[in-house]
Amino acid sequence: MKIAIASGKGGTGKTTLSTNLASYLAESRKVVLTDLDVEEPNSGLFLKSELFFSEDKYKMIPEWNKVDCTLCGECQDNCNYHAVIQVVDTIMVFPELCHSCFACSELCPTNSLPMIPQKMGELQHFKTKNFDFIESRLIIGEEQAVPLIKQTLDYVDSQFDKDVVKIYDSPPGTSCPVIEATKDADFIILITEPTPFGLNDVILAIDTMKELKKDFAIVINRFGIGNDDIIKYCEENKIDIIAKIPNQRAAAELYSKGELMYPKIPEVKAELEKIVKYLESQVL
Amino acid sequence: MKEIVIISGKGGTGKTSITASFAVLAGKDVVVADCDVDAADMHILLQPENKESHDFFSGELALIDQDACIQCGKCDDVCRFDAIDVTDGIYTVDEISCEGCGYCSKVCPTEAITNESLNVGKWHIADTRLNQPFVHAKLGIGADNSGKLVAQVKNIAKEVAEENKKPYVIVDGSPGVGCPVVSSLSGAHFVVLVTEPSVSGIHDLKRVYELVKKFHIKAGCIINKSDINLDKTDEILEFLRSENITHLANLPYDENFTKAMTERKTIVEYGDSNSNSEIKEVINSSWNKIKNILN
Ligand code: SF4
Ligand code: SF4
Ligand code: SF4
Ligand code: SF4
Repeated sequence: MKIAIASGKGGTGKTTLSTNLASYLAESRKVVLTDLDVEEPNSGLFLKSELFFSEDKYKMIPEWNKVDCTLCGECQDNCNYHAVIQVVDTIMVFPELCHSCFACSELCPTNSLPMIPQKMGELQHFKTKNFDFIESRLIIGEEQAVPLIKQTLDYVDSQFDKDVVKIYDSPPGTSCPVIEATKDADFIILITEPTPFGLNDVILAIDTMKELKKDFAIVINRFGIGNDDIIKYCEENKIDIIAKIPNQRAAAELYSKGELMYPKIPEVKAELEKIVKYLESQVL
Repeated sequence: MKEIVIISGKGGTGKTSITASFAVLAGKDVVVADCDVDAADMHILLQPENKESHDFFSGELALIDQDACIQCGKCDDVCRFDAIDVTDGIYTVDEISCEGCGYCSKVCPTEAITNESLNVGKWHIADTRLNQPFVHAKLGIGADNSGKLVAQVKNIAKEVAEENKKPYVIVDGSPGVGCPVVSSLSGAHFVVLVTEPSVSGIHDLKRVYELVKKFHIKAGCIINKSDINLDKTDEILEFLRSENITHLANLPYDENFTKAMTERKTIVEYGDSNSNSEIKEVINSSWNKIKNILN
């Protein structure tokens, strides 16, 4: 069972919901939480955990071997991303632009561009008291998040059985990284705030999920601030709102300290219970 | 012309509200650019009216001509992105997985595969409700290359500033530490880091500042909701000192930010309760500090 938690934009409570829900669900089920926001992984800051396994993650990049190169220029023509360029008598590779498609390498008539692994980030697997937690972290300045997300998903699939509840903290936005993170999920929870920014961003996220033909529902965070536009929008468009996490200064304070909320705020626990009930009726 | 980019690493710190406030304070002196093309929000506060709209093309998508395809399977063999679907012997391209690398079209023996240019979004030149030039964009769903669209928005904003002799370009930067924020930062004269005193806020601040350092750009920092966790605020101040980042301001936790947003106003234009006038004061003096540093 794969549940992705996403939002049009960061900062709406995605990590709060992921960590609290994983921890709460783990009281009765086997759970693994994976932070796929590889540019800014944050979930781990909220969990007390011990490192169980870690490994560097690589992407394949061509490396020019000048001995046999005839400077035919084909590699430059074959790269759609301008990641290989011929400068007079040198072939230059720009790793941060490379999508690892292998075209330049395999089409080089003299095999002068072998693909070699280059580190793009690190995966870490932690154990908390009652569930597993995995996060990957992109090297600063590395531009492609998608390959690392893909490899992280593969790792989770290889380590955990089908019956383990897998929760994914997705990257923000509506572009490639979030598509990669959500495309194999069975259900998506979109979290938003009842503000004009929140509404604008969640509509983008809703459109994305519709485009991907995914089942999804909404959780409202910081309920009580702003206005009711999100509720009206969901009613008009027949979208389920499954929980409303109340706005409390206490929640913001716990968040600032990096603590879970539901053990200390009963209203948050009650909302988590609603989410679990809903998930049970849909997918669990 | 000076370019000021406001970033926060992650959303939710009040970055866009603060950027829009600076834009209001800068008045006639500014071109505003929204580089958060993935989830642009500044238009909600500045209510622009579009003057010009343009399609943005970036990247390609493979397309198989079924009449020419001889079902040899070579495209499927070379595609590294699992983007060729084979159903009942028919080869098609999965548009969501295809990265447009063009490899398949180079190996297809019958030239059955063409590469279509992708329309990935739109960018606009607009006037805000205060009659300031405003450049913004919207990336299509699932589109790649938001970095390129960000670069486009910035370049247009600079051109508009030069043409109209505006001294400042204010940029609402992209989130994260990847391609879009790299494009947001390149060429900037000053970076404003908006953060909040939380474990994740500090974590993101440090991570994004590593990137800022690579560009050798001068930076200042605004700590939003600074009273929510005074220990963490001290920790941030310590970090700012150690990295020589100008501390621009502390802002209190204040729900007026949200109330102003609900009225589609910036915090500097909203109400005149006491706590609010203090916030206005602080944001105003931050903006003056930035101007002093730049001039
Ligand atoms: S395709 Fe191979 S032989 Fe031709 S220029 Fe590139 S590296 Fe050299
Ligand atoms: S592997 Fe593909 S993307 Fe990378 S340099 Fe070669 S052709 Fe370009
Ligand atoms: S390589 Fe060309 S001919 Fe062969 S299956 Fe693919 S599209 Fe058809
Ligand atoms: S263009 Fe590249 S990614 Fe798309 S189908 Fe062809 S080989 Fe695969």
